[in-house]
Amino acid sequence: MSTAPAPQSKISIRGLQVGYGDYVLMHDVSFDVSPGDIFFITGGSGCGKSTLLRVLMGLKAPQKGQIYYSGEDFWQNSQEGRRHIMRQTGVLFQAGALWSSMTLAENVGLPLQQYTTLSAEDIRRQASLKLALAGLAGFEDYYPSEISGGMRKRAGLARALALDPQILFLDEPSAGLDPVSSRLLDDLILELRDTLGTTFVIVSHELASIFAIASNSIFLDAQSRTVKARGNPRDLVRDSGTDPSALLFLTRGGHNEDKDTVL
Amino acid sequence: MHANQIKSSNPQITATAQGTVWEIHVSGSWRMDEPWPHSADAALNGLEGNGIQRLRLTAGDLGAWDTGLLAFLVEAVKRARSCGIPVDTSLPDGLQRLIHLAFAVPAKAGAARTKKHTGFIARLGSAVLDILPGMTDFLTFLGDVTLAHGRFFTGKTHMRWQDFMAAMHECGVRALPIISITSLLFGLILAFVGAVQLTQFGAQIYVAGLVGIGMLRVMGAVMVGVVMSGRVGAAYAALIGTMQVNEEIDALATLGLAPIDFLVLPRILALTLMVPLLTLYADIMGIVGGFAVAVFMLGLSPPEYINATVQMVPFKHLLIGLIYATVFGVVIGLAGCYHGMRCGRSAQAVGQATTTAVVHSIVGIIIMTAIITVICNVLQV
Repeated sequence: MSTAPAPQSKISIRGLQVGYGDYVLMHDVSFDVSPGDIFFITGGSGCGKSTLLRVLMGLKAPQKGQIYYSGEDFWQNSQEGRRHIMRQTGVLFQAGALWSSMTLAENVGLPLQQYTTLSAEDIRRQASLKLALAGLAGFEDYYPSEISGGMRKRAGLARALALDPQILFLDEPSAGLDPVSSRLLDDLILELRDTLGTTFVIVSHELASIFAIASNSIFLDAQSRTVKARGNPRDLVRDSGTDPSALLFLTRGGHNEDKDTVL
Repeated sequence: MHANQIKSSNPQITATAQGTVWEIHVSGSWRMDEPWPHSADAALNGLEGNGIQRLRLTAGDLGAWDTGLLAFLVEAVKRARSCGIPVDTSLPDGLQRLIHLAFAVPAKAGAARTKKHTGFIARLGSAVLDILPGMTDFLTFLGDVTLAHGRFFTGKTHMRWQDFMAAMHECGVRALPIISITSLLFGLILAFVGAVQLTQFGAQIYVAGLVGIGMLRVMGAVMVGVVMSGRVGAAYAALIGTMQVNEEIDALATLGLAPIDFLVLPRILALTLMVPLLTLYADIMGIVGGFAVAVFMLGLSPPEYINATVQMVPFKHLLIGLIYATVFGVVIGLAGCYHGMRCGRSAQAVGQATTTAVVHSIVGIIIMTAIITVICNVLQV
């Protein structure tokens, strides 16, 4: 791949190298996420999925390489420009990462309060709507400590949706959910993509979800520390004739047990 | 979002009654960060009364739209439902599906809450009512800690010695720098304040007695107690509180290990040992501070000052000071560990636990100082 971003891509990654200090976790990672993609980043534990996601979300600088959002180089941008790009993205953290001193409605309302000039009543209504879309109608005045882990995750999704982001990053969305909830979450992702046109970048190793909803993916490999396979996972399996789980199992083995996954 | 349809027209709402049907028609471009058009209220309020039997939602000539439009339509459907009016929709597919999604999971019965506003008297009352359960809870904790000490002295404890050593290192050795500075300066201050009065009638030599008795008998211990409340009490509450949040304490309990033995016992023991030792050290630093003032400011000779200190300060003051210190160690340890163990499961709760631990240990120190002072007075020591 050339170093220029693909013209239509929502996110273009070129020659990315990620690591800690002198340690290189992965190198030569390049891929493109098109608008409306449901893009999975996957691989065994410890291959650096979550670290890669932190780099994409702008929480950590890469050692080398470029990240383009709609053709704009993220790390070459001014502080203001980066804030502008980040405003168009939403993040669902692994454990929800809700602010514990605020109710769910306040959690969802905070981004709206900071970035819009809406009245308190309008913010409250938007927050209720986002909670309802995530299946939490009626829970506006609960505190995060009063609801279950699965509900916290959905509330985190409602907060990620607060500003109608164009890109949503999800870190292990189905971890800790039962199969039915996990299916419902997959359906919700498809629905949001189809109706609002949201682009999804999802870190997960949940094979069922990957094969059900991914439109594109990369498989990272801990041994070679780079991308091992890319493309629509269903096509990958059909073309290579391998067992789907083999793609994941081959990438297993880790140096660092995803230490930064719990944010 | 629907970039192909972008038109920069304003959002519009027109509401009309057609017989018993109330039709709300939306058009234009909708953005969530802009307020609804003014006609929104009239369109929503028109539903109620007027013999309306049905709500129809229609859209035409929509530009770009996002959840701002969705919020309005969902509000309209909610109003209609609360009046028991059925709803027809003839909207673009995406909107239709999103409205469906917003109502897919019905609000759980009884989930919604109304914020209750309690008056001052009610809050005062419930605060008073909370005192007794709070006391019982603390006494239970005190009992648990006492039992843990029993297990410790009979050699049946689960406590790990490396935890105990680490706790002693943390609250002993690592507190030396701050104790040095505070008690040295406190000795200086005491000497200065005393010297101003005493030099007026040529009794500067009594600065030695003032500093010596003052530091040894009570001030050294109180200084160390207050510093350690901030340094160690807060750290214990935050550490144990965070372990509570991370379910680490539950993990200990499920292994059949008493969390008190593991977390509380080594810390209280370490503090009970280290606070008196630090007090001894603080006493010496305080006397050094007084010595500096006497020698450099009041013109006393070093042997004179040392001699006066030895003669004017009976040994019993040192022992009384150490009794204070031991009690303070227990108070700080109990306050820090108690609030940590009873911490709720959120970041906010950890902050609260830390604050309360510090406040309670400082208040506890002052109350214990008063009690011991009265006892010493009665016993005439």
